[in-house]
Amino acid sequence: MIQFYLNGQPHSVDDAEPSLTILRYLRTSKGHLATKEGCASGDCGACTVMVGDYQQGSWHYRSVNSCITLLASIHGKHLITVEGLADTTQAERLHPVQQAMVECHGSQCGFCTPGFVMSLVTADENNQHQPLTEEQVLDAVSGNLCRCTGYRPIVDAALSCTTHAKNQALFYQAEAPAPVASADITTASGRTVFPTSEAELLAAMADMPNARLVAGGTDLLLEQTQAFKTLRHLIGISQVPELKAIQVEDGRVAIGAAVTFSQMEASLADTCPELIQLLHRVGSRQIRNQGTLVGNIANASPIGDSPPFLLTMDAELELAGASGRRLLPLDQFFLDYKKTALQAGEYIRQVIFNLPGDEVFVRAYKVSKRYEDDISAVLLVVRWQVVDGKFSDVRIAYGGMAAIPKRALAAEKGLTGAPASEATIQAAMAAVDTEFTPMTDVRASANYRATVAKNLLLKAWLEFSAGGQSASVWQSPLVREVSQSFGG
Amino acid sequence: MRNVRPYDPNSTAAASAENANAPALFNQRVKKANTSALGKPGIHESAIKHVTGTAKYVDDIPELPGTLHMAAGGSAYAHANILAMDLDEVANSPGVVAVYTYEDVPGELDVAPVFDGDPLLAPGVTQFVGQPIFLVVAETYEQAQQALPLAKVEYEPLPANITLAEGLAGGEKVLPDNVITRGDADAAIASATHQLQGEGYIAGQEHFYLEGQISLAWPTEDGGMHIHTSSQHPTEVQKLVAEVLHIGSHLVTAEVRRMGGGFGGKESQAAVLACSAALAAYHLQRPVKYRLPRRADMERTGKRHDFGFEYRIGFDNEGVIAGIDLTLAGLCGCSADLSQGIVDRALFHADNGYYLNQARVTGLAPRNHIVSNTAFRGFGGPQGMLAIESIIDDVARAVGEDPLTVRKLNLYRPGADTTHYGQTIDQLVLAEIIGSLEQSADYWQRREAINGFNSSNTYLKKGLALTPVKFGISFTSTHLNQGSALVHVYTDGTILVTHGGTEMGQGLYTKIAQLVAAEFGVDSAHVQVSATRTDKIANGSPTAASAGTDLNGFAACNACQEIKGNLIEFAVRHFNVSAEQVVFANNQVSVGEQTISFAELCRVAYMNRVCLMAHGFYKTPKIYFDRATNQGHPFYYFANGAACAEVIIDCLTGEYKVERVDILHDVGRSINPALDIGQIEGGFIQGMGWLTSEDLLWDSQGRVISNSPANYKIPTAFDVPRHFHVGLYEGANPESTVFNSKAVGEPPLMLGIAVWAALRDACASVAEHKFNPRLDAPATPEKVLAAVNAALAFTEEGSSNA
Repeated sequence: MIQFYLNGQPHSVDDAEPSLTILRYLRTSKGHLATKEGCASGDCGACTVMVGDYQQGSWHYRSVNSCITLLASIHGKHLITVEGLADTTQAERLHPVQQAMVECHGSQCGFCTPGFVMSLVTADENNQHQPLTEEQVLDAVSGNLCRCTGYRPIVDAALSCTTHAKNQALFYQAEAPAPVASADITTASGRTVFPTSEAELLAAMADMPNARLVAGGTDLLLEQTQAFKTLRHLIGISQVPELKAIQVEDGRVAIGAAVTFSQMEASLADTCPELIQLLHRVGSRQIRNQGTLVGNIANASPIGDSPPFLLTMDAELELAGASGRRLLPLDQFFLDYKKTALQAGEYIRQVIFNLPGDEVFVRAYKVSKRYEDDISAVLLVVRWQVVDGKFSDVRIAYGGMAAIPKRALAAEKGLTGAPASEATIQAAMAAVDTEFTPMTDVRASANYRATVAKNLLLKAWLEFSAGGQSASVWQSPLVREVSQSFGG
Repeated sequence: MRNVRPYDPNSTAAASAENANAPALFNQRVKKANTSALGKPGIHESAIKHVTGTAKYVDDIPELPGTLHMAAGGSAYAHANILAMDLDEVANSPGVVAVYTYEDVPGELDVAPVFDGDPLLAPGVTQFVGQPIFLVVAETYEQAQQALPLAKVEYEPLPANITLAEGLAGGEKVLPDNVITRGDADAAIASATHQLQGEGYIAGQEHFYLEGQISLAWPTEDGGMHIHTSSQHPTEVQKLVAEVLHIGSHLVTAEVRRMGGGFGGKESQAAVLACSAALAAYHLQRPVKYRLPRRADMERTGKRHDFGFEYRIGFDNEGVIAGIDLTLAGLCGCSADLSQGIVDRALFHADNGYYLNQARVTGLAPRNHIVSNTAFRGFGGPQGMLAIESIIDDVARAVGEDPLTVRKLNLYRPGADTTHYGQTIDQLVLAEIIGSLEQSADYWQRREAINGFNSSNTYLKKGLALTPVKFGISFTSTHLNQGSALVHVYTDGTILVTHGGTEMGQGLYTKIAQLVAAEFGVDSAHVQVSATRTDKIANGSPTAASAGTDLNGFAACNACQEIKGNLIEFAVRHFNVSAEQVVFANNQVSVGEQTISFAELCRVAYMNRVCLMAHGFYKTPKIYFDRATNQGHPFYYFANGAACAEVIIDCLTGEYKVERVDILHDVGRSINPALDIGQIEGGFIQGMGWLTSEDLLWDSQGRVISNSPANYKIPTAFDVPRHFHVGLYEGANPESTVFNSKAVGEPPLMLGIAVWAALRDACASVAEHKFNPRLDAPATPEKVLAAVNAALAFTEEGSSNA
């Protein structure tokens, strides 16, 4: 059985299929049709809903793509859909975000609108109903696509919501949830279980040797919603407290397998700014609210955004299973395209790395067709120090350049101990050419990848030479100036 | 004639405050926004329903008991003979109720909109990857999808032409070549001071309406079908469903309340879903819903045409065109679909706002083995315009002038005001619009500043461009330029309007409600616009060509005037006043000294047997075209505008950001400035997306590889320029359109060309604007980097030669 609050009301589901998503539950089982399906792949945000976790005496909300989120994952939580915001029997009882969207002409066809509303209401909730900055607004809607308006009126609506403080939150409040047992659904077709301790997790893995492990599910669920495969046996790790921790001790960072990108952004912004800056380019707000760092490693995609960074930090993985735990350097984890050193019955417990000191130069670059929520054509992370005019502590790692996230060992070797100069960098660029044979696909040609991979190394050098000053088109000041006139 | 309307900055707030304070007219759930008076920026009639999620789309209609779900098996090959098809396992898959092939179609198999060539299900030979070859009907959506891979199909692959070049080389055409000629282009080019030639490629675009294609078919008791469809052309859906089922059109009703976006993608493409669902519903006598998964939608429905172009041009020292020979070849796909109108419109817009002088403009329509490309906002016009804007840039850099200078010199002007297809431009406003924008956007000062920036930066470069838009309004198929509306006035003074246009977000229903309310002098809360249905409005045109308001709005006004005429005639008799003494205003009617409510007049009129409903009809005047000579007056009028864009590019990666955009656009006298600004901004961003991040790609086997929003990237809020200024040009439409407004749906898309031209300007700055780097559209970071490197190579070659 799954129990949760739905728009403030206690709710339980007895007969869900193990892999039922929130969206399918809402639309097909419940007939709650306000939440829309635009893509069923977490790319458009039309299905955005708000999920509340009860922690330390209060509800904490995040926006998620309901199309690729398991219903079982919200066991014990609070699900708020656009139906929960306003009393639609009376026009004046709109949520301030909804009211602003109406007044600013923020909808045209209206299909994406409930999703935008939910993203903005979540941002408003997390900002304690204070006026949102433009940066917060763009972050909140980074995973919401609109094809009609050109976004300007939506952003204006979000920025004009300044009267919130006076209004208490309008959606239905839920009481503190009673403690609930682990979600466990068994049907004729399969079983999904969300253990609430690591011991339960191990027991579940022993019980269900063919089960797939799922953290956020932002990649795994696509097998179901895009390829229409049935995921019969699933073990969710998102309720295991031991796996949800971020530990920072003596410059050593350990990030648990169930830690989401958003959790990292909230707690590591000062500790590891280069990583957090890079994470802003990972997926969208909704995806980062669900997706995990370890999931980004475990699915072993050649274009995962975080592995190149972790490779430059000499990160290690702690792997666990029935027979105990072991540490494995990350660069020994990726074997080939989508193949890893993870053994049957094992899971990644956490990823561990040492923070670079202030004397270390670290830069991460992601190149894609679109800035927000796109997959890299090429991603480069460099790390080096210059001591006595010579490069040392050099790590260079690329995404999108090989079948796995990969260090540029020849280029690293070329830099190490060599004079810190553009000539040395040029030589390393040539080494990158010999070391990688990128492919052509929907994101970029092989030639472009090879060229950009080299140029990014030069860019890192130019920025290093300029005292760390960035020379990027993304650095333009975020000053908003919008005007309309109804006459020339 | 200039109609000056002072801009009231408080009008939006005023309008909504007025709505909020207005007493509730009726004791009902107020889910409908009160829209505003003509000319005021009222909110969309469905705005409140949008934000609360109560606006219903086809997939939100509650499913009747027994509703089944459909999926289609598609061809694995771009071009193949189907030798054998074993569908037993499909039929035996859990939940599957029925499986159909082309042999199960009782009537017409071809569902093409104009010419033949679009079979509902491939009859033996497949023409593109994903072309439906069989249909599965199952108890659930998932069960239908899961059954598809169980089909065993044996193919004999045939040679396939995937790229435009392959299609042209293959020699097969979906339509004959079309050449528009004026004078002797060859002689003019040859005798001009300068000649230039070049070529370019403009990729297509995926519509990416947020609501995917969908149809729901309900069998009716009369042996007919009621279709809920997400279609811009319900009449065509009705006609094709009737033909496929071999029943009369009178037994088929197609209904559209709203679409979650259309952009042309639901003009002809919706019919396949409607006919497929109807086919199964007909055989099974059960409701059938057919909703395309996003991926299938992106792989199997037509897109904007890619166009390749080649040109030769002759011009003088200042860059004034003496003659041009321009060939535009459209990637039509496997059938004609709407390609005739699209290629024609590309030819009609190959001048954009410029006098081409001696001209030969040729359109080619080869056949390819990919999905048949279709209507998309602009309908070929954008590709024709991008070609000429690219050429003008080439000419400007060849003569060493700023492109804006050369643009201005070539604009249509007195004495040079006739298009290559023989239409005289009556309203020469582009010079004024450009001049105004040039000033408000500080074009020349910014040009200086950008030159300074570029000379002091090696790896970051800026670009600037100001490009005009002149877009012809009317369907080029003359017969489509008609509209109908049905207006019912009830005895409580409320008004129900049905018209032939469809609502896809553009605000057509809102504008119609405003127009109707204004006719009767009532508040628009009195007016309800109902779903568009073929049983209310017969023989409707597609909501396309930007003409929705022009056609249906005028028809609605005509219907209102007939009813008003009846009411006035009655009031004259009943109250013994003259016709001039009957005035409709403020929800009331003055009859001489007396004032009664509009509702009261309606009630009394009804009691005296006065007809309070009317059908209104409208056909666009003045238009004609002779296809034999390619001369005529195909457009009632032109909508105009201009955009100025500034970009910054990274010469190491090709990444870029659009920093500032200024727009001045001509919507005539605006019926609703908020909706019109919405169309302008939304159209601009969609045009920018087309030319920048939206990269439509096929592999060599003809599979669409940009088949998901994960790999096909439309703009996000982040991509909107931080400095974004949009203004409406002040000026009524000199033609007698409704409220002297102008169509606004498509034209603003082409304002996005300024971004592409600015990117190319930035690339050319690497070679100090002495070189024309090729920059095919879309200008992805990859293509920008290639253009930068080409400019660099030119400069290095120059310096090594020197």
